[in-house]
Formats: sequence, C-alpha cells, structure tokens
Amino acid sequence: MTVDDTAPVPTRAGPPASRAGAPIRIRDVDISFGEFVAVRGASLDIAAGELVCLLGPSGCGKSTLLNAVAGFVRPAAGEVTCGDEQVTGPDVARGVVFQSAEALFPWLTVRQNVAFGPQMRGVPKAQRDAVVERYLAMVGLAHSAERFPDQLSGGMRQRAQLARVLANDPSVVLMDEPFGALDAQTRLVMQVELDRIWRETGATIVFVTHDIGEAILLGDRIVTMTAGPSAAIKKDYRCDLPRPRDLTDPACAALFRELREDIGAEVARTLRAQGLDDGHDGRPGTGHPGGERTEAR
Amino acid sequence: MTVEAPTVPDRTRASAPSAPRRNRWARLTRIGLSVLSVLLGVLIWDLVSRNYTAFFLPSPRLTLEGAVELVRDGTLWDSVSASSTRILTGWLLGVLVGVPMGLLMGCIPWLRLMLDPYIQFFRFVPPIAFVTLAIIWLGPGEASKVALIFYTTVFIVALNTLAGVLSVNEIRMRAARALGAGPVRSLVSVVLPSTVPHVVTGARLAMGNSFLTIVSAEIVAAQSGLGSLIWTARNYAKTEWVFVGIIALGLLGYLFDWILRLVTGRTLRRYGVTF
Ligand SMILES: Nc1ncnc2c1ncn2[C@@H]1O[C@H](COP(=O)(O)OP(=O)(O)OP(=O)(O)O)[C@@H](O)[C@H]1O
Ligand SMILES: [Mg+2]
Repeated sequence: MTVDDTAPVPTRAGPPASRAGAPIRIRDVDISFGEFVAVRGASLDIAAGELVCLLGPSGCGKSTLLNAVAGFVRPAAGEVTCGDEQVTGPDVARGVVFQSAEALFPWLTVRQNVAFGPQMRGVPKAQRDAVVERYLAMVGLAHSAERFPDQLSGGMRQRAQLARVLANDPSVVLMDEPFGALDAQTRLVMQVELDRIWRETGATIVFVTHDIGEAILLGDRIVTMTAGPSAAIKKDYRCDLPRPRDLTDPACAALFRELREDIGAEVARTLRAQGLDDGHDGRPGTGHPGGERTEAR
Repeated sequence: MTVEAPTVPDRTRASAPSAPRRNRWARLTRIGLSVLSVLLGVLIWDLVSRNYTAFFLPSPRLTLEGAVELVRDGTLWDSVSASSTRILTGWLLGVLVGVPMGLLMGCIPWLRLMLDPYIQFFRFVPPIAFVTLAIIWLGPGEASKVALIFYTTVFIVALNTLAGVLSVNEIRMRAARALGAGPVRSLVSVVLPSTVPHVVTGARLAMGNSFLTIVSAEIVAAQSGLGSLIWTARNYAKTEWVFVGIIALGLLGYLFDWILRLVTGRTLRRYGVTF
C-alpha cells in the first residue's frame, strides 16, 4: 500500500554525466515475511561497475534479496550497504527495472515517464529535456517518445523502463527478470543492448534471472542461490569470457553445463521438499547449451 | 498534476481502412434499435391506456398535452432547473470533498480505521431517512436539499476513491519511490492519477443516487422541483403531470450521465477512463 512507508527519499541533482558505479555489500542478511524466512544469512560483495547475475530456481528468493538492496523490504537481520551508505529505503541512486511493464505510468507518454525522475529531483527543465533526450536515444526510443506505454511493444516498454531509470543517473541498476516476459528474439536484442548500455553508463548492475543462457551472456559474475525457504548464496562463478559472448563457444557451453547442474540440484531439492518425484536429479543429458538460442549476436 | 504535457498526443491508433464504415453501420443499427424499442414501448402504453380511465393511466397523447401545458406556463422549466441546480450543487460539492477524503483515508491507515465504524454504519442509512432532520436543522430552503445530495455523493465518491487507492499497483508505487518521489509527490503524481477511473465511476453512481434523493426530498418539502411537481399533480388529479415529471426525470438523468461520460471520456482518457 501507498505512501506511508520508510524513510524520506534523498534527492540528488548531480550532473547528467555518467557516474561510476557504487559497490554493494550484502552482509548476513535474513529476510522474513511473518513466520516465513525467505532468505537466511545471505552475503555477497559486488564491486563498483560490475554486472552480476543472480541465478536461482523459481521462488528461491531472488526478488526478495533484490528488493532488500532496492530498499523496498527491510532485512530482519544483517545489513545492506551501497557505496558508503547503509540501505534504509528506496533511493534515486539505486534504480530498479521491474519485470512487469506495469511499473510505467500509463497516463504519461514515454517522454514524460523518462522525465519523471529528474522532475521529482527538481532538475531544471532545460537540463531535464537534454537528459531525457539522451537516454531516449540511448535505448532507441527517440521516435516513440510521444507514445503512451500501452502503445508500445513489450521490448519497447522495457527500454522505456530502463531509460527512465538511467535518467536519474543511478550508480546501481537493479533488474528483476527485466526480459522475462519477452519473446526469445526480442530478449536477445535486449541483452545485447543492455551489454552496450552498461558499458556506456558504468553503473553497477544486479540482474536477476532464471535463464542460465542470459546469465552467461551478460554476467561478469554469476551468483547462484540455494532453493528456499531460508535461501542463501550458493556459489559465485567468475565469468571473464570475451564479449560479445556466444553460447556455442566451448567455454560458455562448459559453464552452461556447470550452472545447470548447480541449479538443477536446487530445483530437485525443492521438488523433493514438495513431495514430488525425484526423477529430476539436475544432471545434464537433456537438451544442450543454448538450446533455445544459439548465438549471442 | 505535476507533470506537464506540452502536446497532448493523439491516443487513438490507426484502424483498418474498412473499419469506419463498419463502425457507422454498427452505430446506425444501435440507434435504430433503440428508437424502434422506444416507439414500441409508447405503442404498448397507448394500447394499454385505452382500457383505463385517464386518471388511472393517461394515454401518451394526453401526457404530451400535459407536457405542452406545463411547458407553456413555465412550470416544467422551473421544476427542471430547480432540481438540476440542487443536484449539481450538492453533487459537485460532494465530489470535491469526497475525493480528498477517499485519498486521505487510503493513505493514512489510522484515519481509515477511525472513520470505518461511521462508514459501516451510515452505509445502511439512506439519505431519505435524513429528510426530516435536514429540514429541522437546515430549514425548508435549498440548503437542506443540497445537503442531502451532498451526503449521498460524498459517501459514494469517497468509498470509490478509497477502493481505488487501496488497489493502486504496488509495483508502480515502488517505481515512484525509487525514482525519487516522496510520500506527498507519490500521492499527487501516482496515487491520484491511478485512482481517476474509480473516482469517475463513483461520481457517476453518485449522480444516479442524487436523482433518487432529490425526488424524495422535494416530495417531502419543496415548492419547486420535479419531485414537487409529481407530488402536487395529485392535488389536481392530473395523473398525466406525474407522467411528465417521471419522463423529465429520466431524460434529465440520461442527459447528465451522457455529458459526464462525454467530458470524462474525452479529457481523462489517458488515465484509463473509457466509455
Ligand atoms: N510479500 C510476501 N509475503 C510472503 N511471502 C513472500 C512475499 N514475497 C515473497 N514471498 C515468498 O518468499 C519466497 C521467495 O520469493 P521471491 O519472489 O523472492 O522468489 P524469486 O526467486 O524471485 O522467484 P521467481 O523466480 O519466481 O520470481 C517465496 O517462497 C515467496 O512465496
Ligand atoms: Mg522474482
């Protein structure tokens, strides 16, 4: 519900030039909803400017952890810091791209949506227009600026969300399965675009996904989570393969198999916990890396 | 709204080339059917009325003559304008007070909890039950009638606005917060626009209820208005005046609702108001 939560939102009317990303520290974080403990003892360090993919089985607590970094939920224990500050609530320095395009304001045009953040921060009109123009161009929406969100395709809506977040010049961008609702082709285009935009802005990005291929294409690091309840960080994979990446590349394929085994084991645990059959042992053998998608570009 | 709109872009999408013609046909068919249905109704009324006295059931023709009579001596116009003025005044005041009330109730949980018992209670007390009190407290003049319309409107509009606030998309609120909107700006820039369709629905419902209320109030205490016209017809044994009054009420309500839909549908379309 509405407008009565947590701390006031500090504003920041900094220069529109890209700011270097901020580091994120997640320390022994527990998050519970009433009795239910969704996340327990999660710790993760993310360096400034890194693109980290958070990978885990459905329902394990990825969104919950991301929401804690965003400041939407407060950890019951532990702490999250971003830059030098402890996270106590939402802040313009931490932009959030949501999975659902409902996050856009349907009564505003794309341009007005993108201008929303700078307007809230009190950026003067001339400067605001320049910033909006710049990020609309960056995400390729300059020609659709006067349209309303419901007149855009799914991919365009997610671009609009991204532009809206970038217009606030955040040092951290948190993305919760932003391309989850897109078709495979559009998703591929968006992944390539994100890769470019990330390098242009230099922001730290935390990217939640349950698509292993997507994680490999994008991540500097890929962090897996254990199945919930009481989910935690399971394993941390460094991924410094050259970009743009190609899932059919042997090194990518090997990482893909490793990750699938890792996640598969967690899915199997979940299913067993739910009393379902355990024919799913998570071993490779069905399908092959990049089955749905053979190339990054 | 705090967000300025330099140009209001055209929201209508281009439609297929054959669509306008098909739409026109569909429209004509709709209007034709409505007209046909009304004519049929009048015909049946006429046939039935032949079996009864004019006092019991006046014919359409007699009713028309009654209407002409009332128009000539100005009574009909006076009644319509008296009732309309009361309805519009009370309804407008009710909307102006009801919307902020609903917004505040939606955003301030303790306020909602405090007002809840009253709302649950007065939900079941129709405005007609207050006619006597309104006259005792506010006198037999305009104020009592306007107050009753206000009562019925404020209630419906506030409750609908409240429902709208409570159903504001949580993701949208989070997005606004993360983009730098504090509580007050979120209320103005996100909650209020999200609530517009609920407000319009509430205002329309309230308009309907205002008509129900005004007639009862005018029957009990008024020298003017459609309710008074209907009631005084009894003294002259002019049943056709009752019919004229009823038809005028129906048409007036239809007109008001049509204007409301037209205006809101045009101006508030971007907020999701569609008719
Ligand atoms: N507001 C809430 N109230 C109660 N339980 C919640 C709430 N939000 C999440 N949970 C629970 O916490 C667990 C983790 O949910 P979360 O949404 O973080 O999963 P996820 O990893 O993002 O899943 P998915 O990939 O399907 O989006 C789930 O068991 C969910 O039921
Ligand atoms: Mg999720």
